[in-house]
Amino acid sequence: MYGSGIIKGLGVTLKHFVATYIEDLRYVLKGGRYTDQAMPVRQGPRARGVFTVQYPEERLPVPENFRYIPFLVFDTQKNEDKCTSCGICAKVCPPQCIWIVRTNDPKTNRPVPQPAEFYIDATVCMSCGLCAEFCPFDAIKMDHDYELSSFERFNNLVFDKARLTKPDTYHAQIHPTDWAREQAEIAEKAAKDAEKAAAAAAKKAAAAKPADAPKPADAPKPAA
Amino acid sequence: MAGKVAAPVAELTGPLAVLKEKFSEALSPGEFEGAVIKNENLVEVAKFMRDDLGYDYLSSVTGVDYPAANEVEVVYHAYSARHGLHNGKPLVFKARAPRDNSVVPSLVSVWPGADFQEREAWDLMGIKFEGHPNLRRILMWEGFAGHPLRKDWHEAYFEQDNKPFDSRWPGGHHTRAEDRVPLADNVAFPPGFDPTDFNSQAETTLVERARSVDVSELGQLVSSDGNGSGSGNGHIADAIQTDHLIVNLGPQHPSTHGVFRMVITLEGETILKLEPVMGYLHRNHEKIGERNTFIQNMPFTDRLDYIASMSNNLGYALAVEKLMKVTPPERAEYIRILMVELTRICNHMWAIGFLLNDLGAFFTPALYAIEERELVLDLFEAASGSRMMCNYMRFGGVARDLPEGWIEKCRDLVFNRLPKATDDLDHFLSENEIIRARCEGVGNLTAEQAVAYSAAGPLLRASGVPYDVRRAEPYSIYDRFDFDVAVRYHGDVYDRYLIRLDEIRQSIRILQQALDQMPGGGEIQAGKKQYQTRVPAGQAYGRVDGPKGELGFYVVSDGNPNPYRYHIRAPSFINLTALGEMCKGQKIADVVIILGSIDIVLGETDR
Repeated sequence: MYGSGIIKGLGVTLKHFVATYIEDLRYVLKGGRYTDQAMPVRQGPRARGVFTVQYPEERLPVPENFRYIPFLVFDTQKNEDKCTSCGICAKVCPPQCIWIVRTNDPKTNRPVPQPAEFYIDATVCMSCGLCAEFCPFDAIKMDHDYELSSFERFNNLVFDKARLTKPDTYHAQIHPTDWAREQAEIAEKAAKDAEKAAAAAAKKAAAAKPADAPKPADAPKPAA
Repeated sequence: MAGKVAAPVAELTGPLAVLKEKFSEALSPGEFEGAVIKNENLVEVAKFMRDDLGYDYLSSVTGVDYPAANEVEVVYHAYSARHGLHNGKPLVFKARAPRDNSVVPSLVSVWPGADFQEREAWDLMGIKFEGHPNLRRILMWEGFAGHPLRKDWHEAYFEQDNKPFDSRWPGGHHTRAEDRVPLADNVAFPPGFDPTDFNSQAETTLVERARSVDVSELGQLVSSDGNGSGSGNGHIADAIQTDHLIVNLGPQHPSTHGVFRMVITLEGETILKLEPVMGYLHRNHEKIGERNTFIQNMPFTDRLDYIASMSNNLGYALAVEKLMKVTPPERAEYIRILMVELTRICNHMWAIGFLLNDLGAFFTPALYAIEERELVLDLFEAASGSRMMCNYMRFGGVARDLPEGWIEKCRDLVFNRLPKATDDLDHFLSENEIIRARCEGVGNLTAEQAVAYSAAGPLLRASGVPYDVRRAEPYSIYDRFDFDVAVRYHGDVYDRYLIRLDEIRQSIRILQQALDQMPGGGEIQAGKKQYQTRVPAGQAYGRVDGPKGELGFYVVSDGNPNPYRYHIRAPSFINLTALGEMCKGQKIADVVIILGSIDIVLGETDR
């Protein structure tokens, strides 16, 4: 029959339209249409009715793995940057948007594990997350803040060290699983070190310093 | 050979041995699994391969530049698609030519699918294909100086041959490329060239080509359809003085799915000739890829077919894994299958939704299809951190394990929601009279044509060729799953729509099996994860059956941290070779849905 397709289609739209208001009512009674409890259901596999949210008034929560422009983690307990300026992130960065100036000891002129300057050009960064993935010190992590629009292209979007550094409490808050893993690794390492130190002390080894000092960043060999 | 990887010369076995017997002089074994064929015999040998050995499908044609040996090389990968011979293994052969006079015979007469690929090799690598009917630039513009994939060609803002750049560490003060290399001293004009006096011949050539319609074909085309302007009393042009109308569709056109242009010659409303023009989104992905290290290419592959980044990741990972000879652990394999099959569903939902858009059902059906896609993207985001630019696969594994609760969400989607959503689409769309009236019998492509034009994926299978890389040459762990190769036989737009529904259903089947079989835990990465991958010298062609078709990555490594050559066999690009043929004799109003039914993504077409 001609027109049956149109009627079927309009039926779907009508069903969807009605379902939206029924769902809205249900969630208003539960305390809000777009609360954190409501969103996963209303946007999940069992969603009914309208599927969209009214950004920016309403926002979807981002998952823990969500990645946007990286930030540098500041260790609030030791009161220092976690970054050792080993340069792995700058080397693995696909669009080469990370610039690091290594600090040299003024007396010996040997590198000190602290970055003097650290830049990420957010206009170039592709948010791939390779820097965070390959950082051996958990010093660079991907952020959740995706609202970076700016009226000034260069002044505001070349992030320097001050802009990039965020406390580890922030990291713990947005990446709870990752943080728990890091803490477990630190605890495990500390336990191992203590064990080793105890063993060394018991043996009264000749060397005063057992091999418990963490190996400095494997300075990557230049490409052959 | 200097500049090339010294590897043991492979013995000629199997089909190559047959070739050697027949054309003993023309063939010589190379340091790869294949043979080098003398240029003067190339066409003859290729015909024999196609007709007598059953290699009817030319998958990939590309060039490699070896400045040290003063040589360029053309690499061909041919498969047996309709006959399904040779276990799905390719016949790899090469032709060589000196660098400064690189002429190789064209194989368009043997495999018409070589058309665009040879044009691309000419455009980017500067290899002349003698006998090619239309050897013009395809991705760069007419008048561009040089051939950018030659090793000695440098782009604007050129900094260094290979990444990582030395200026980033340890003394990395931020500079902008625009400041560092002012355009002025980075641009070289060919001798005797005056930029103020430049007048591109490209448009003139296009119009001339559009005007030059083969008149003998004309009567047949116009009268072949019942309502053609020439039907009834013979050919109208015989009686009245008429002119052909040249219509330029695109590049800025809402229905071309991106910046894509078609120059169409019309007789009344009937298309006599259609010529695709592309390259507006060209960024020389392959050159960027050769500057990058191996792992750095992974996020770049996301940007090819940005609807299906997981498939791109897998194709590239497979090619490099072939060279590295690593196999991912069990759990990683299953995660990969889950991701690429979800990608296929995403992509087909998108394709169906936008086909409806092209048909005039403005966005209402598309949004229902996109809703399902959104749910899949939520899963991608939870696992990989990004909805579209997933960057999830690594060589020998995946980037990170699935987060808690992911599998349950995925199960819910795959077992409860997606089957019903697919049935809904089927229920509301497949029997819709407008869809049937507009799509049935439109944009036909026969099985012979599809194979000849190297069409791939749904385009090929909707024409009655049950050729699916997952079945023909199973990669990853596809041999463990029970699924059917979807195939339809009419080769029209309607069948291309239906086959996408079929493929979604098959993907759901695979997903359900994968979710049931998947190990609960275990490693997700073979070996230690390294930021600088060591890839042994060699060359590999990794191909996957992406949602758009056969997606191949041809990677040559010389043992350095950067790929020596990195080529992508882009299904969106090669599927367009058949577009002109499909549109011939059709109405101008149907061009948009014929293009929509191929399902192209310009990020991949133009690379």
